[in-house]
Amino acid sequence: MNPESTAPLTRPGSGMVTGPGSGGADLADILERVLDKGVVIAGDIRVNLLDIELLTVKLRLVVASVDKAKEMGIDWWESDPALSSNSRRGELGAENARLRARVAELEQRQEETR
Amino acid sequence: MNANHEELLYAYAVTRDAGAPGADDLETLTGVAGEPVRAVRHLGLATLVGPVPAAGFGEAALHASLEDIACLEKAARAHQRVIDAVTATGACVLPMRLATVYHDEAGVRRMLANRHAQLGAALDRLDGCVEWGVKVHASGSAAQAPAATGAGPRAPRAAVSGRDYLRRRAAARHAHEEEARREDEAARGIHAVLTALAEQTRLYPPQHGPLAGPSGRNILNAAYLVRREGGDRFTSAVAGFADLVPEDGVRLELTGPWAPYSFAGQATSGQTGTDQATSGQTATGQTATGQPTRAQPTLGRPAPGEDVP
Repeated sequence: MNPESTAPLTRPGSGMVTGPGSGGADLADILERVLDKGVVIAGDIRVNLLDIELLTVKLRLVVASVDKAKEMGIDWWESDPALSSNSRRGELGAENARLRARVAELEQRQEETR
Repeated sequence: MNANHEELLYAYAVTRDAGAPGADDLETLTGVAGEPVRAVRHLGLATLVGPVPAAGFGEAALHASLEDIACLEKAARAHQRVIDAVTATGACVLPMRLATVYHDEAGVRRMLANRHAQLGAALDRLDGCVEWGVKVHASGSAAQAPAATGAGPRAPRAAVSGRDYLRRRAAARHAHEEEARREDEAARGIHAVLTALAEQTRLYPPQHGPLAGPSGRNILNAAYLVRREGGDRFTSAVAGFADLVPEDGVRLELTGPWAPYSFAGQATSGQTGTDQATSGQTATGQTATGQPTRAQPTLGRPAPGEDVP
Protein backbone atom coordinates (compact mmCIF):
# COMPACT_ATOMS: atom_id res chain seq x y z
CA MET A 1 0.00 0.00 0.00
CA ASN A 2 1.05 3.56 -0.12
CA PRO A 3 1.23 4.84 3.39
CA GLU A 4 3.76 7.39 2.32
CA SER A 5 1.44 9.14 -0.03
CA THR A 6 -0.41 10.60 2.89
CA ALA A 7 2.71 12.17 4.32
CA PRO A 8 1.76 15.60 5.60
CA LEU A 9 3.61 17.76 3.18
CA THR A 10 2.54 21.08 1.89
CA ARG A 11 0.40 22.25 -0.95
CA PRO A 12 0.89 21.17 -4.55
CA GLY A 13 3.99 22.48 -6.14
CA SER A 14 5.65 23.16 -2.86
CA GLY A 15 6.44 19.74 -1.66
CA MET A 16 3.34 17.70 -2.09
CA VAL A 17 3.39 13.95 -2.35
CA THR A 18 1.49 12.78 -5.33
CA GLY A 19 0.54 9.14 -5.59
CA PRO A 20 1.61 8.23 -9.08
CA GLY A 21 -1.53 6.32 -9.86
CA SER A 22 -3.91 8.76 -8.30
CA GLY A 23 -4.28 10.80 -11.41
CA GLY A 24 -2.60 13.55 -9.49
CA ALA A 25 0.84 12.89 -10.86
CA ASP A 26 1.75 15.12 -13.72
CA LEU A 27 1.29 13.64 -17.12
CA ALA A 28 4.84 14.68 -17.78
CA ASP A 29 6.08 12.53 -14.90
CA ILE A 30 4.09 9.55 -16.05
CA LEU A 31 5.14 9.82 -19.66
CA GLU A 32 8.72 10.24 -18.65
CA ARG A 33 8.51 6.88 -16.99
CA VAL A 34 6.20 4.79 -19.11
CA LEU A 35 7.74 5.87 -22.40
CA ASP A 36 11.29 6.42 -21.54
CA LYS A 37 11.98 4.00 -18.73
CA GLY A 38 10.97 0.57 -17.61
CA VAL A 39 11.99 -2.74 -19.03
CA VAL A 40 12.51 -2.55 -22.73
CA ILE A 41 11.53 -5.80 -24.35
CA ALA A 42 10.40 -6.32 -27.87
CA GLY A 43 6.82 -7.42 -28.01
CA ASP A 44 5.33 -9.31 -30.92
CA ILE A 45 3.83 -6.16 -32.28
CA ARG A 46 6.65 -4.24 -33.80
CA VAL A 47 5.51 -0.85 -32.85
CA ASN A 48 7.50 -0.97 -29.71
CA LEU A 49 11.08 -0.14 -29.74
CA LEU A 50 11.84 2.12 -32.61
CA ASP A 51 8.55 3.85 -32.65
CA ILE A 52 8.61 4.45 -28.98
CA GLU A 53 12.07 5.89 -29.31
CA LEU A 54 10.79 8.28 -31.91
CA LEU A 55 7.82 9.11 -29.82
CA THR A 56 10.09 9.73 -26.89
CA VAL A 57 12.04 12.19 -28.95
CA LYS A 58 8.90 14.07 -29.82
CA LEU A 59 7.78 13.89 -26.27
CA ARG A 60 10.98 15.35 -25.01
CA LEU A 61 10.27 18.36 -27.08
CA VAL A 62 7.00 18.70 -25.24
CA VAL A 63 7.96 17.64 -21.76
CA ALA A 64 11.52 18.61 -21.36
CA SER A 65 12.87 21.03 -23.82
CA VAL A 66 16.53 20.51 -23.33
CA ASP A 67 17.46 23.30 -25.67
CA LYS A 68 15.33 25.64 -23.67
CA ALA A 69 17.03 24.51 -20.53
CA LYS A 70 20.43 25.11 -22.02
CA GLU A 71 19.34 28.48 -23.24
CA MET A 72 18.52 29.27 -19.66
CA GLY A 73 21.91 28.12 -18.55
CA ILE A 74 20.68 25.00 -16.84
CA ASP A 75 22.90 22.24 -17.96
CA TRP A 76 24.72 21.10 -14.93
CA TRP A 77 22.63 17.97 -14.78
CA GLU A 78 23.71 16.67 -18.10
CA SER A 79 27.40 16.01 -18.05
CA ASP A 80 30.20 15.11 -15.81
CA PRO A 81 31.62 17.80 -13.59
CA ALA A 82 34.74 18.22 -15.61
CA LEU A 83 32.77 19.27 -18.63
CA SER A 84 29.86 20.78 -16.88
CA SER A 85 28.44 24.21 -17.01
CA ASN A 86 30.62 25.50 -14.27
CA SER A 87 33.75 25.23 -16.26
CA ARG A 88 32.11 26.22 -19.49
CA ARG A 89 30.10 29.00 -18.00
CA GLY A 90 33.22 30.10 -16.24
CA GLU A 91 35.12 30.34 -19.50
CA LEU A 92 32.35 32.19 -21.19
CA GLY A 93 31.99 34.46 -18.23
CA ALA A 94 35.68 35.21 -18.24
CA GLU A 95 35.63 35.88 -21.94
CA ASN A 96 32.65 38.15 -21.49
CA ALA A 97 34.40 40.04 -18.78
CA ARG A 98 37.46 40.52 -20.97
CA LEU A 99 35.35 41.76 -23.84
CA ARG A 100 33.40 44.10 -21.64
CA ALA A 101 36.58 45.55 -20.21
CA ARG A 102 37.93 45.98 -23.71
CA VAL A 103 34.81 47.82 -24.86
CA ALA A 104 34.91 50.09 -21.85
CA GLU A 105 38.57 50.80 -22.50
CA LEU A 106 37.92 51.67 -26.12
CA GLU A 107 35.10 53.97 -25.12
CA GLN A 108 37.31 55.65 -22.62
CA ARG A 109 39.94 56.29 -25.23
CA GLN A 110 37.42 57.61 -27.67
CA GLU A 111 36.13 60.07 -25.09
CA GLU A 112 39.66 61.17 -24.23
CA THR A 113 40.64 61.81 -27.84
CA ARG A 114 37.59 63.94 -28.40
CA MET B 1 -6.02 -17.89 -26.74
CA ASN B 2 -6.33 -15.79 -29.80
CA ALA B 3 -6.23 -18.06 -32.74
CA ASN B 4 -8.23 -15.60 -34.75
CA HIS B 5 -6.02 -12.71 -33.72
CA GLU B 6 -8.91 -10.50 -32.87
CA GLU B 7 -7.33 -10.07 -29.50
CA LEU B 8 -3.82 -9.24 -28.51
CA LEU B 9 -2.16 -9.25 -25.11
CA TYR B 10 -0.93 -5.98 -23.74
CA ALA B 11 1.85 -6.52 -21.19
CA TYR B 12 2.27 -4.23 -18.20
CA ALA B 13 4.89 -5.65 -15.94
CA VAL B 14 6.91 -8.64 -14.86
CA THR B 15 6.98 -9.91 -11.29
CA ARG B 16 8.04 -13.06 -9.51
CA ASP B 17 5.42 -15.73 -9.83
CA ALA B 18 5.39 -16.03 -6.06
CA GLY B 19 4.96 -12.32 -5.58
CA ALA B 20 2.49 -11.80 -8.37
CA PRO B 21 -0.84 -10.44 -7.28
CA GLY B 22 -3.58 -13.02 -7.08
CA ALA B 23 -6.91 -12.90 -8.80
CA ASP B 24 -8.36 -11.02 -5.84
CA ASP B 25 -5.87 -8.23 -6.15
CA LEU B 26 -6.55 -7.92 -9.82
CA GLU B 27 -10.28 -8.23 -9.64
CA THR B 28 -11.18 -4.59 -9.96
CA LEU B 29 -8.23 -3.60 -12.02
CA THR B 30 -8.67 -2.59 -15.61
CA GLY B 31 -6.07 -1.85 -18.22
CA VAL B 32 -5.47 0.37 -21.20
CA ALA B 33 -8.56 -0.86 -23.01
CA GLY B 34 -10.68 -1.14 -19.91
CA GLU B 35 -9.92 -4.85 -19.97
CA PRO B 36 -9.36 -7.12 -16.97
CA VAL B 37 -5.75 -7.83 -16.07
CA ARG B 38 -4.36 -11.29 -15.37
CA ALA B 39 -1.03 -12.94 -14.81
CA VAL B 40 0.68 -15.22 -17.32
CA ARG B 41 3.00 -17.40 -15.25
CA HIS B 42 6.06 -19.18 -16.55
CA LEU B 43 9.34 -20.43 -15.07
CA GLY B 44 8.85 -18.67 -11.77
CA LEU B 45 8.01 -15.33 -13.35
CA ALA B 46 4.71 -13.71 -14.13
CA THR B 47 3.73 -11.12 -16.70
CA LEU B 48 0.66 -9.04 -16.08
CA VAL B 49 -1.32 -8.80 -19.26
CA GLY B 50 -4.69 -7.72 -20.47
CA PRO B 51 -6.50 -8.84 -23.61
CA VAL B 52 -6.97 -5.88 -25.90
CA PRO B 53 -8.71 -5.64 -29.26
CA ALA B 54 -6.39 -6.11 -32.20
CA ALA B 55 -8.21 -3.31 -33.92
CA GLY B 56 -6.93 -0.80 -31.38
CA PHE B 57 -3.55 -2.30 -30.57
CA GLY B 58 -2.18 -3.63 -33.79
CA GLU B 59 0.84 -1.99 -35.28
CA ALA B 60 -0.92 0.60 -37.37
CA ALA B 61 -3.50 1.43 -34.73
CA LEU B 62 -0.90 1.89 -32.02
CA HIS B 63 1.15 3.98 -34.31
CA ALA B 64 -1.71 6.33 -34.89
CA SER B 65 -3.06 6.47 -31.37
CA LEU B 66 0.26 7.10 -29.69
CA GLU B 67 0.72 10.14 -31.87
CA ASP B 68 -2.43 11.58 -30.40
CA ILE B 69 -1.66 13.20 -27.10
CA ALA B 70 -5.13 12.50 -25.69
CA CYS B 71 -4.89 8.80 -26.56
CA LEU B 72 -1.34 8.72 -25.34
CA GLU B 73 -2.34 10.23 -22.03
CA LYS B 74 -5.17 7.78 -21.58
CA ALA B 75 -2.92 4.82 -22.35
CA ALA B 76 -0.08 6.11 -20.20
CA ARG B 77 -2.30 6.72 -17.19
CA ALA B 78 -3.96 3.33 -17.54
CA HIS B 79 -0.61 1.61 -17.94
CA GLN B 80 0.70 3.39 -14.89
CA ARG B 81 -2.47 2.61 -12.93
CA VAL B 82 -1.99 -1.13 -13.40
CA ILE B 83 1.66 -0.96 -12.45
CA ASP B 84 0.87 1.19 -9.46
CA ALA B 85 -1.80 -1.21 -8.24
CA VAL B 86 0.60 -4.11 -8.41
CA THR B 87 3.35 -2.13 -6.72
CA ALA B 88 0.91 -1.34 -3.95
CA THR B 89 0.52 -5.04 -3.17
CA GLY B 90 4.15 -5.02 -2.11
CA ALA B 91 5.34 -7.03 -5.08
CA CYS B 92 8.56 -6.18 -6.81
CA VAL B 93 7.49 -4.96 -10.21
CA LEU B 94 9.45 -4.50 -13.38
CA PRO B 95 7.31 -2.11 -15.36
CA MET B 96 7.36 -2.62 -19.08
CA ARG B 97 7.48 0.19 -21.47
CA LEU B 98 4.24 1.49 -22.85
CA ALA B 99 2.81 -0.48 -25.75
CA THR B 100 4.53 -3.82 -25.38
CA VAL B 101 2.06 -6.11 -27.10
CA TYR B 102 2.04 -9.86 -27.78
CA HIS B 103 -0.05 -12.01 -30.06
CA ASP B 104 -0.85 -14.55 -27.40
CA GLU B 105 0.24 -16.17 -24.17
CA ALA B 106 2.81 -18.24 -26.03
CA GLY B 107 4.54 -15.02 -27.02
CA VAL B 108 4.54 -13.81 -23.45
CA ARG B 109 5.99 -17.11 -22.22
CA ARG B 110 8.63 -17.02 -24.90
CA MET B 111 9.66 -13.59 -23.71
CA LEU B 112 9.81 -14.77 -20.10
CA ALA B 113 11.98 -17.70 -21.14
CA ASN B 114 14.31 -15.66 -23.34
CA ARG B 115 14.80 -12.95 -20.78
CA HIS B 116 14.66 -15.14 -17.77
CA ALA B 117 18.11 -14.45 -16.41
CA GLN B 118 18.01 -10.69 -16.84
CA LEU B 119 14.51 -10.33 -15.49
CA GLY B 120 15.40 -12.45 -12.48
CA ALA B 121 18.49 -10.42 -11.81
CA ALA B 122 16.58 -7.16 -12.03
CA LEU B 123 13.89 -8.46 -9.69
CA ASP B 124 16.55 -9.48 -7.19
CA ARG B 125 18.24 -6.15 -7.43
CA LEU B 126 15.09 -4.09 -7.07
CA ASP B 127 13.31 -6.27 -4.56
CA GLY B 128 11.99 -4.27 -1.64
CA CYS B 129 12.59 -0.93 -3.35
CA VAL B 130 10.37 1.71 -4.81
CA GLU B 131 11.10 4.86 -6.71
CA TRP B 132 10.47 8.40 -5.53
CA GLY B 133 10.55 11.37 -7.82
CA VAL B 134 11.74 14.74 -6.63
CA LYS B 135 11.64 17.92 -8.60
CA VAL B 136 13.12 21.18 -7.48
CA HIS B 137 11.84 24.38 -9.01
CA ALA B 138 13.51 27.70 -8.75
CA SER B 139 10.95 30.31 -7.91
CA GLY B 140 13.16 33.35 -7.70
CA SER B 141 13.35 36.06 -10.31
CA ALA B 142 16.09 34.17 -12.02
CA ALA B 143 13.44 31.63 -12.88
CA GLN B 144 10.96 34.14 -14.18
CA ALA B 145 13.10 36.20 -16.44
CA PRO B 146 16.31 34.60 -17.51
CA ALA B 147 16.68 37.14 -20.29
CA ALA B 148 15.63 40.15 -18.29
CA THR B 149 19.12 41.06 -17.26
CA GLY B 150 19.82 41.77 -20.87
CA ALA B 151 16.63 43.63 -21.56
CA GLY B 152 16.24 45.50 -18.31
CA PRO B 153 18.54 48.46 -18.31
CA ARG B 154 17.70 49.61 -21.78
CA ALA B 155 17.43 53.35 -21.20
CA PRO B 156 17.43 56.16 -23.73
CA ARG B 157 20.70 56.02 -25.53
CA ALA B 158 21.56 59.63 -25.18
CA ALA B 159 21.38 59.51 -21.43
CA VAL B 160 23.59 56.51 -20.88
CA SER B 161 27.13 55.93 -21.96
CA GLY B 162 28.17 52.54 -23.15
CA ARG B 163 30.13 52.08 -20.01
CA ASP B 164 27.23 52.87 -17.74
CA TYR B 165 25.07 50.59 -19.71
CA LEU B 166 27.59 47.80 -19.46
CA ARG B 167 28.12 48.47 -15.81
CA ARG B 168 24.41 48.27 -15.08
CA ARG B 169 24.09 45.25 -17.22
CA ALA B 170 26.92 43.60 -15.42
CA ALA B 171 25.36 44.39 -12.06
CA ALA B 172 22.02 42.98 -13.11
CA ARG B 173 23.65 39.95 -14.58
CA HIS B 174 25.67 39.46 -11.48
CA ALA B 175 22.59 39.54 -9.28
CA HIS B 176 20.88 37.12 -11.58
CA GLU B 177 23.81 34.76 -11.59
CA GLU B 178 24.12 34.99 -7.88
CA GLU B 179 20.54 33.95 -7.45
CA ALA B 180 20.85 31.15 -9.98
CA ARG B 181 23.97 29.97 -8.21
CA ARG B 182 22.19 29.89 -4.86
CA GLU B 183 19.35 27.92 -6.37
CA ASP B 184 21.64 25.46 -8.07
CA GLU B 185 23.53 25.05 -4.84
CA ALA B 186 20.31 24.40 -2.97
CA ALA B 187 19.35 21.78 -5.56
CA ARG B 188 22.72 20.12 -5.31
CA GLY B 189 22.51 20.06 -1.56
CA ILE B 190 19.08 18.50 -1.66
CA HIS B 191 20.21 15.93 -4.19
CA ALA B 192 23.24 15.04 -2.10
CA VAL B 193 21.18 14.43 1.02
CA LEU B 194 18.53 12.43 -0.80
CA THR B 195 21.16 10.40 -2.60
CA ALA B 196 22.52 9.35 0.74
CA LEU B 197 19.08 7.98 1.61
CA ALA B 198 18.73 6.11 -1.67
CA GLU B 199 20.13 2.93 -3.13
CA GLN B 200 20.53 4.51 -6.54
CA THR B 201 19.62 7.74 -8.21
CA ARG B 202 18.80 8.76 -11.71
CA LEU B 203 18.59 12.25 -13.10
CA TYR B 204 16.07 13.32 -15.66
CA PRO B 205 16.37 16.41 -17.77
CA PRO B 206 14.44 19.32 -16.30
CA GLN B 207 10.89 19.70 -17.46
CA HIS B 208 10.11 22.83 -19.37
CA GLY B 209 7.27 22.18 -21.63
CA PRO B 210 3.61 22.91 -21.87
CA LEU B 211 3.07 19.67 -19.96
CA ALA B 212 5.35 20.65 -17.15
CA GLY B 213 3.07 23.39 -15.95
CA PRO B 214 3.85 26.83 -14.60
CA SER B 215 6.23 25.69 -11.93
CA GLY B 216 9.11 28.03 -12.39
CA ARG B 217 12.48 26.91 -13.59
CA ASN B 218 12.93 23.19 -13.02
CA ILE B 219 16.47 22.79 -11.78
CA LEU B 220 16.42 19.24 -10.50
CA ASN B 221 14.35 16.36 -11.77
CA ALA B 222 15.53 13.18 -10.14
CA ALA B 223 14.44 9.66 -9.32
CA TYR B 224 15.59 7.84 -6.20
CA LEU B 225 15.48 4.13 -5.61
CA VAL B 226 14.57 3.76 -1.95
CA ARG B 227 13.95 0.70 0.17
CA ARG B 228 10.32 0.48 1.15
CA GLU B 229 11.12 0.58 4.82
CA GLY B 230 13.17 3.71 4.22
CA GLY B 231 10.25 5.50 2.60
CA ASP B 232 9.26 7.47 5.67
CA ARG B 233 12.74 8.66 6.20
CA PHE B 234 13.02 9.73 2.62
CA THR B 235 9.72 11.56 2.48
CA SER B 236 10.46 13.23 5.80
CA ALA B 237 13.73 14.47 4.42
CA VAL B 238 11.93 15.90 1.42
CA ALA B 239 9.31 17.44 3.67
CA GLY B 240 12.08 18.97 5.73
CA PHE B 241 13.57 20.55 2.66
CA ALA B 242 10.16 21.72 1.53
CA ASP B 243 9.83 23.58 4.82
CA LEU B 244 13.30 25.01 4.67
CA VAL B 245 13.90 25.97 1.15
CA PRO B 246 11.74 29.01 0.56
CA GLU B 247 14.75 30.90 1.82
CA ASP B 248 16.79 29.45 -0.98
CA GLY B 249 14.21 30.44 -3.54
CA VAL B 250 13.37 26.90 -4.56
CA ARG B 251 10.31 24.69 -4.30
CA LEU B 252 10.11 20.94 -4.03
CA GLU B 253 7.73 18.47 -5.49
CA LEU B 254 7.65 14.84 -4.45
CA THR B 255 5.96 12.04 -6.37
CA GLY B 256 5.72 8.41 -5.51
CA PRO B 257 6.07 5.75 -4.56
CA TRP B 258 6.47 4.58 -8.13
CA ALA B 259 7.45 1.15 -9.35
CA PRO B 260 11.18 1.33 -10.03
CA TYR B 261 10.78 2.52 -13.60
CA SER B 262 13.98 4.43 -13.72
CA PHE B 263 16.04 1.54 -12.45
CA ALA B 264 14.48 -1.42 -14.20
CA GLY B 265 15.71 -0.75 -17.69
CA GLN B 266 19.27 -1.73 -17.16
CA ALA B 267 18.18 -5.32 -16.70
CA THR B 268 17.66 -5.77 -20.37
CA SER B 269 20.66 -3.98 -21.67
CA GLY B 270 22.76 -7.09 -21.40
CA GLN B 271 25.22 -5.22 -19.24
CA THR B 272 24.03 -5.92 -15.78
CA GLY B 273 26.33 -4.73 -13.11
CA THR B 274 26.97 -1.37 -14.63
CA ASP B 275 24.93 1.51 -13.37
CA GLN B 276 22.78 4.27 -14.70
CA ALA B 277 24.74 4.87 -17.81
CA THR B 278 23.70 1.55 -19.24
CA SER B 279 20.01 2.00 -19.34
CA GLY B 280 20.46 5.42 -20.77
CA GLN B 281 21.75 3.80 -23.87
CA THR B 282 18.77 1.56 -24.13
CA ALA B 283 16.14 3.92 -23.09
CA THR B 284 17.17 7.32 -24.17
CA GLY B 285 20.44 6.98 -25.94
CA GLN B 286 18.94 7.48 -29.33
CA THR B 287 16.89 10.50 -28.58
CA ALA B 288 17.68 13.46 -30.71
CA THR B 289 17.92 15.80 -27.81
CA GLY B 290 20.26 13.32 -26.47
CA GLN B 291 22.34 12.87 -23.56
CA PRO B 292 20.38 14.17 -20.61
CA THR B 293 19.48 11.21 -18.52
CA ARG B 294 22.74 9.43 -18.89
CA ALA B 295 25.46 9.10 -16.39
CA GLN B 296 25.22 12.01 -14.11
CA PRO B 297 25.08 10.54 -10.68
CA THR B 298 27.91 12.89 -9.93
CA LEU B 299 25.63 15.84 -9.59
CA GLY B 300 25.47 15.57 -5.83
CA ARG B 301 29.07 16.54 -5.61
CA PRO B 302 29.56 20.12 -4.52
CA ALA B 303 30.03 22.53 -7.32
CA PRO B 304 33.62 23.00 -8.25
CA GLY B 305 34.59 26.59 -7.53
CA GLU B 306 32.13 28.80 -9.24
CA ASP B 307 34.28 31.25 -11.12
CA VAL B 308 31.72 33.29 -12.95
CA PRO B 309 32.75 36.88 -12.47
